[in-house]
Amino acid sequence: MAEKLFGSAIRRREDPALITGRAKYTDDLKLPNMAYAAILRSPHAHARITRIDTSKAKALDGVVAVFTAEDVEQSGVPGQIPVGWLLPNMKMPPRSLLAKDRVRYVGEAVAVVVAEDRYTAHDALELIEVDYEPLPAVADPAKAAQEGAPLVHENEPDNIAFDWEIGDKEATDQAFAQAAHTVSLELVNNRLIPNAVEPRAALADYDPINGKLTLWMTTQNPHIHRLLMSLASLGLPEHKIRVIAPEVGGGFGSKIHHYPDEAIVSWCAIQLGRPVKWQATRSETYMTDAHGRDHVTHAELAVDENGKIIGLRVHTYANMGAYYSTFAPAVPTYLYGTLLSGQYEIPNIHCRVQGIFTHTTPVDAYRGAGRPEATFVVERLVDAMARKLGMDPAEFRRRNFIPPDKFPYDTPVALQYDSGNYEGALNKALEAAGYEQLRKEQEEARKQGRYIGIGLSSYIEACGIAPSAVVGALGAQAGLWESAIVRVHPTGKVTVYSGSSAHGQGHKTTFAQLVSDMLGVPYDDIEIIQGDTDEVQYGWGTYGSRSAAVGGSAIAVSAQKVIEKGRKIAAHLLEAAEDDVAFEAGKYYVKGAPDKSLTIQEVALQAYLAHNLPPGIEPALEAVSFYDPANFTFPFGTHIAVVEVDPDSGEVKLLRYVAVDDCGKVINPMIVEGQIHGGIAQGVGQALYEGAVYDENGNLVTGTLLDYAVPKARFLPSFELDRTVTPCPHNPLGVKGVGEAGTIAASAAVVNAVVDALAPFGVEHIDMPVTPEKVWRAIQGAGK
Amino acid sequence: MQISLTVNGRPYTVDVEPRMLLVHLLRDVLDLTGTNVGCDTSQCGACTVIMDGEAVKSCTVLAVQADGSDILTIEGLAKDGELHPLQEAFWNNHGLQCGYCTPGMIMTAYHLLQVNPNPTEEEIRHGLEGNICRCTGYHNIVRAVQEAAQRM
Ligand code: FES
Ligand code: FES
Repeated sequence: MAEKLFGSAIRRREDPALITGRAKYTDDLKLPNMAYAAILRSPHAHARITRIDTSKAKALDGVVAVFTAEDVEQSGVPGQIPVGWLLPNMKMPPRSLLAKDRVRYVGEAVAVVVAEDRYTAHDALELIEVDYEPLPAVADPAKAAQEGAPLVHENEPDNIAFDWEIGDKEATDQAFAQAAHTVSLELVNNRLIPNAVEPRAALADYDPINGKLTLWMTTQNPHIHRLLMSLASLGLPEHKIRVIAPEVGGGFGSKIHHYPDEAIVSWCAIQLGRPVKWQATRSETYMTDAHGRDHVTHAELAVDENGKIIGLRVHTYANMGAYYSTFAPAVPTYLYGTLLSGQYEIPNIHCRVQGIFTHTTPVDAYRGAGRPEATFVVERLVDAMARKLGMDPAEFRRRNFIPPDKFPYDTPVALQYDSGNYEGALNKALEAAGYEQLRKEQEEARKQGRYIGIGLSSYIEACGIAPSAVVGALGAQAGLWESAIVRVHPTGKVTVYSGSSAHGQGHKTTFAQLVSDMLGVPYDDIEIIQGDTDEVQYGWGTYGSRSAAVGGSAIAVSAQKVIEKGRKIAAHLLEAAEDDVAFEAGKYYVKGAPDKSLTIQEVALQAYLAHNLPPGIEPALEAVSFYDPANFTFPFGTHIAVVEVDPDSGEVKLLRYVAVDDCGKVINPMIVEGQIHGGIAQGVGQALYEGAVYDENGNLVTGTLLDYAVPKARFLPSFELDRTVTPCPHNPLGVKGVGEAGTIAASAAVVNAVVDALAPFGVEHIDMPVTPEKVWRAIQGAGK
Repeated sequence: MQISLTVNGRPYTVDVEPRMLLVHLLRDVLDLTGTNVGCDTSQCGACTVIMDGEAVKSCTVLAVQADGSDILTIEGLAKDGELHPLQEAFWNNHGLQCGYCTPGMIMTAYHLLQVNPNPTEEEIRHGLEGNICRCTGYHNIVRAVQEAAQRM
């Protein structure tokens, strides 16, 4: 019998091309007669454009063309960037490919140059003359929400994009009125810049004979990009667009969204009848990749006299930036408000979120998307309350966890958690960290004037996104099922076409592992195809920790269909009743007569020859499925950060990081752990280093890797990982998803640790990123 | 301007504009696209190659400065179809996810191990200071460099 691959840490089949430099990312591709594009961007956060003169740029040697909004308009294409999630009563300002008379954030595209080479394209940008009449700008969402703030969209009465709520306000107010104790926190969830190391890029090639556009681009979801390119931006029929994701160098959400740039490059290729390539500079990615987070929140927690939580009340201003990015409205609403119950039994929750337009880069899903923000609110409040009650934070959590026997559990904020064992993960994490011992060491250290802090974060996430009808009812303009074809060839080799689209997650390895086990076909006989709209039937792509849970489940369903069809054929050939034919390890055999058998490879050949098929059975051996999950999945866990803070310099050192996660069953533990490592690093980054800063005039102050600190190797310790396994009850694999867990948990764990370290000074909260200066100020402020 | 250089053991003589960066010479002219570009402020290290025995960020070197030099890129690391121990170790330890930082990371580690064949974890983390990886949290990269050090 074949070795079981589900659950084994085999090294990735993706890697040989990547470690030898042979893998091809978008910017590595070259086509004959290819030209290069560069995009002129607004240097102003808010300005009227009074004149654009491109004549000097056009005259430069090597420049092929220069285009502005007017040219796009005249071409008659729709030229729009749409929003893919609608909330009740939300404002709907239009967004076009190039700005015409007004710019609304630094970095908004104003014109495009196409030239014979990269250098000339960038030179020509300097020669475009644009007259701007600067207008007042606002970058802070709380300020932009006030009356009289500069308007982002001049035809709207205010900057409030939407005003959304969830939960029962009256009951929650009542709970607070009866509470024995309450705590409240003002929380800023700092704005983040995703920083996939590969900048966004596109190579567009238009074939005028067939009227067909081929677009290689940095995408997490080629079919979504094809759909939006077709419907809203280019007007080409969907079947005349082929979007291909070559190797993609990370995304973290930033390559989900439909941006103007790739559409502009495509439009140029169509206009010019020659291939056009563009790659963003890092500075451009800072200005234009959708940012993440950026919440200003007032949050309160209420408990009764027994320390049981009875109410949670939240008001959040969520920065949308200047326009809606593709799924932006969903992030601070259905991916945030619905997660505010955390791991706890909280009978009354109310959350109001106001989405606010500002003169800043659009904000959208970035790793975790809403769920890290929710975890931060809940876990900071829980810690603050434990402290107020003089209780150990682990004990306070335990007292309030949803107990294992209460699943499925309906929260007051619309979700039904399917399974969980929160105390199990907490206990395991405490044990792994040596919690008791750590507390003693903390005590000792304090006596010597050293400040060690221990921070817990018990997180929940909703992923495996998502049941289509549910998200449809909530405003999604997309289905969120996933598809797979499993095709067994006449020789018994297998090709799988998956709608998931990896950009570092190792799907080709994990998907082949699970197909190999199911079909009993050697791992090396299985090929995984993804990331190409002409090859793959359809797909919603890779984000929201959905690829294993939804994409993998689709593959499992198709593989099962193949097995069942094969069983019919095998039964016919073996002259046995279908019910009497078993399938195991790649072999069909008659129960009780195991030597009457056929391998799946033999059955495949007969299925293709079709000389002797049972009546009503079509030739060939393949199956397609479109798998729509029954529910979200709910991974959870507890992370523990240990920090030391130097109260004189304000410096924070992350000493240890312990993570116990429950992502259900694990297909490849090495890949799962890698996902958690990377997620933790980004969460720690948010807590200690990263933060996009705009000045009063809407200039992005942190516009390069120099000003915006992405964690480096020496900022981080090695991570200590463990897991519990509570299988997802509603998908065929029992998997839940793991791509975002680390990020969702880590920022709260680290900040809780810092605040814990500084407890002797009376510090109650520090905003992220926790810089030395903020620590120093917090200590000074608390003393007063 | 005409320059001559050796890349991965192969001699080249090419005409370049005086302002062309080494990384663009490698990628756009010599079609060695393994070396990547991740930034425009020489921070990310994705473009790291070995030039005359030193690890350099090829986005900060002009092609003309490389005249007469001997350059090793990721494409030249495997010999006779055998992966270099660093490549093997990155593979074994899952030291890469999207792989975009990997060529630069491996070349930096290559130089690190030449200078310090038995680095501590601390020394590895410091040695990789000029290279950013957004996917791995560096945990497995450190493991990979440790394993390579043992095998080399
Ligand atoms: S591309 Fe050279 S350091 Fe970033
Ligand atoms: S593996 Fe993706 S940036 Fe390092």
